[in-house]
Amino acid sequence: MSDSSAAAAHPPGLAHHFESYEQQKHSSFLGMWLFLVQEVMFFGGLFVVYVTYRSLYGDAFAAGSRQLDVMIGAVNTTVLLISSFTMVIAVTAAKKGNRKWIVYGLLLTILFGGIFLGVKYFEYGAKWQHHLVPGPYFEWHGEGVGRPVEIFFCLYFAMTGMHALHMVVGIGIMLFMLRPAWRGKWTPQNHNFVEGFGLYWHFVDIVWIFLFPFLYLIGLATH
Amino acid sequence: MSEHHSLKPYVFVLVGLLILTWVTYGAALWDFGHPWSDLVALLIAMTKASLVVVFFMHVKGATPLIKMAAVGGFFWLLIFGAFVLADVLTRPGMLEFL
Repeated sequence: MSDSSAAAAHPPGLAHHFESYEQQKHSSFLGMWLFLVQEVMFFGGLFVVYVTYRSLYGDAFAAGSRQLDVMIGAVNTTVLLISSFTMVIAVTAAKKGNRKWIVYGLLLTILFGGIFLGVKYFEYGAKWQHHLVPGPYFEWHGEGVGRPVEIFFCLYFAMTGMHALHMVVGIGIMLFMLRPAWRGKWTPQNHNFVEGFGLYWHFVDIVWIFLFPFLYLIGLATH
Repeated sequence: MSEHHSLKPYVFVLVGLLILTWVTYGAALWDFGHPWSDLVALLIAMTKASLVVVFFMHVKGATPLIKMAAVGGFFWLLIFGAFVLADVLTRPGMLEFL
C-alpha cells in the first residue's frame, strides 16, 4: 500500500490500526464487554458471600432488612432505571450525530444519578444515627442476637457502597464527556466512547436491580 | 445506516422495568413460603436484568462474539455460585436452613 492510499484509508475518527469503523467499533465493544464480565465476577463475589450468610442467618437478615425503608429503595430504583433511559437518549443521539442531545442526555443522566446518590447519602446518615453501621457503635434493639444482623449491615454497606462508588466514577466520567460531546467529537461513525460508557452505566443499573430485592425486600411478609 | 434510531421501543422497555419494580415489591408483601418468595424475587430481577441487557445494552443485534461474552459472564457467575453453595450447604447442620 502506498503512502497516499494509506492516508486516504484513515478518515477522521478511525485509529490507524483499524481497517474500518465497523472493526474499530466491534473491538471497542468487545473490550468493554470483557471489562463488564470482570465486573460481574467482582460483584458476584459480594453476592455469593451474601447468599452464603443469608442461608446461615435468614431470620437476622430479614430483621436487618426491615430496618431499611422499602419506599426509599423503590423510589431510588425508579430513579436509576430512568437514568438508564436518559443514557439511551445520549447514545441514540450519538448514533444520529446530534451533539446537542448527547449533552442533554448526559446532563439528565448526571441529574438522576445525582438524585440517587443524594438519597443514598441521607439513607446512610439515618443508619449512622440509628447505630446500624457495623463496628464498635453498632447497637441492636430488635429481636434475636445482634451479631448476625451486623453481618447483614456489613454486606449492605459493602454492596451498596461499592455500587455507589461505581456511580460516582460514572458521573465523573460523564462530566468529562460533556465538553467533547458539545464540540462534536462523537460522530455517527465513531461514538464508541459514548456507547461503551452507556454499557457501563447500564451494568451499574443491573447491579442495583438485584440489590433492591436482596437487601430491601426480605421478610416483608413474614417479619 | 439502515438502523432506525427511534426512542419509542426504549420507552416501552423503561415502562416494563418500572412496572416490574412495583411487581417485585408487591410480590414481597405476599408470603409464598420458603424458598419460593426468594425465587420469585430472583426471577423478577433476572427478567429486569435481561430487559436491560437485551435492549438497553443492545445485545439484541450484537455480533455472536459479544453475545458470547454477555452469556459467558452470567454462566461463570452461575459456576461460581453453584460451587460455593455445593460446599456451604452440604456441611453438617446447614441444610436445616433451606
